[in-house]
Amino acid sequence: MSEIVSVKNLCKRYDELTVLDNISFSVQKGEVVVIVGPSGCGKSTLLRCLNGLEEIQDGRIFLDGEKIETNRNKTNGLCERMGMVFQSYDLFPHKTILQNLTLAPIIVKKRKRKEVEEEALALLERVGLSSKKDSYPRQLSGGQKQRVAIVRALIMHPEVLLLDEITAALDPEMVREVLDVVLNLAREGRTMLIVTHEMQFARAVADRMLFLEGGKIVEEGEPEEFFEHPKTERLRQFLQTFTYIKE
Amino acid sequence: MGFEVLFKGNNFIRLLGGLGLSLKISLLSVIISIVLGILVGLLMTAKNSYVKLLLRTYLEIVRIMPQMVLLFLVYFGVARAMGVHLSAEVSAVIVFSFWGTAEMADLVRGALTGIPAIQYESSRALGLTMVQTYRYVILPQIVRRMIPLSINLITRMIKTTSLVMMIGIVEVLKVGQQIIEANRKASPNAAFGVFATVLLLYFLACWPISCLARYLEKKWEN
Repeated sequence: MSEIVSVKNLCKRYDELTVLDNISFSVQKGEVVVIVGPSGCGKSTLLRCLNGLEEIQDGRIFLDGEKIETNRNKTNGLCERMGMVFQSYDLFPHKTILQNLTLAPIIVKKRKRKEVEEEALALLERVGLSSKKDSYPRQLSGGQKQRVAIVRALIMHPEVLLLDEITAALDPEMVREVLDVVLNLAREGRTMLIVTHEMQFARAVADRMLFLEGGKIVEEGEPEEFFEHPKTERLRQFLQTFTYIKE
Repeated sequence: MGFEVLFKGNNFIRLLGGLGLSLKISLLSVIISIVLGILVGLLMTAKNSYVKLLLRTYLEIVRIMPQMVLLFLVYFGVARAMGVHLSAEVSAVIVFSFWGTAEMADLVRGALTGIPAIQYESSRALGLTMVQTYRYVILPQIVRRMIPLSINLITRMIKTTSLVMMIGIVEVLKVGQQIIEANRKASPNAAFGVFATVLLLYFLACWPISCLARYLEKKWEN
């Protein structure tokens, strides 16, 4: 395995508020890293920094050995090599599902429409939505929209997929269909960085877990160890908030 | 009922001519309003609070002030005070554009601020440049939101042009009055027939436009 993402001493501040405090970690090719932590711990910000959506105050981020330009106004084409899916449905409302998928490959990658459409249809088929290709986003359920959003990121052939709480805004019965898609991607060996509150899912999908709190990585480890024998008191408390015991 | 005067001589043609003038004034004003309104609307989303305050004041003034007073101010006032003689039609277009620009700018502002930040971010995450993001993602959504609203503004403008007869423009309502005056003896009931016809003409001019707005609104709802 080779290192694909490497974050070194990343710091992110909003004025006085430090959101990310000297974060360093790396992701191997084909590895699934799941980041958990309490609200406001900086986990979403971390993903946004990786994708160049936030300016960082200090530190460096490398993708496959190349430094990512994190100044908002200039990118060096590295950010689109990382696909991102957001919490809220971010499909383009004025375009059909198929057009949502083909827009970026055609105008950013200058690929041929016919070829992109064929690929888009094949991907839609895989997530069980080929019948929706001519629908508009408003005609889809939340779970369907998120599946399309994942496909829209995949069709850019990203080397790394960043998933930012993609099920947090969904009705419970729709969470499963979206997470199944992600589990399948993990089985295919996709490199993914996932922020989630779904602990069971995290455990099932992760190769490695990171626990973020107060802008720092407090604990990391393999899922089994991470969930069964947390080393820090903070992680133990955090994990306890997800279990219910009848008194 | 007084409809017969319309068939005398070229009365009906004159009425249509008056309507044409009303439409011409509104159309010119609408075009100017759209162009200026987009610029002012973009300025309204600027971060500078002085610019915002200034434009906000402009919008409020336009909304509070009766258009008729503005018409008088520009047509009679400006000529007197500054020695610039503006024709009645030019004055009308200036006043209507002044009004329309404010309304249009507010629509543009509303449409722009109504686009969620996530639309910009997901475009960027897909590798679109800023220009591509506006061209393919943001502007099409703004246009879809704005066209139905600006069409409604057009119909409001057409209706409001009836005011311009007050500064001597012989538009459809004024032509109507002239026809009634000229036929006072022969058809004492002309007022009903002529004004009812004027009303119908306004309706025929505005109705298809507002149908179009409703159609587009339905088609683009999202």
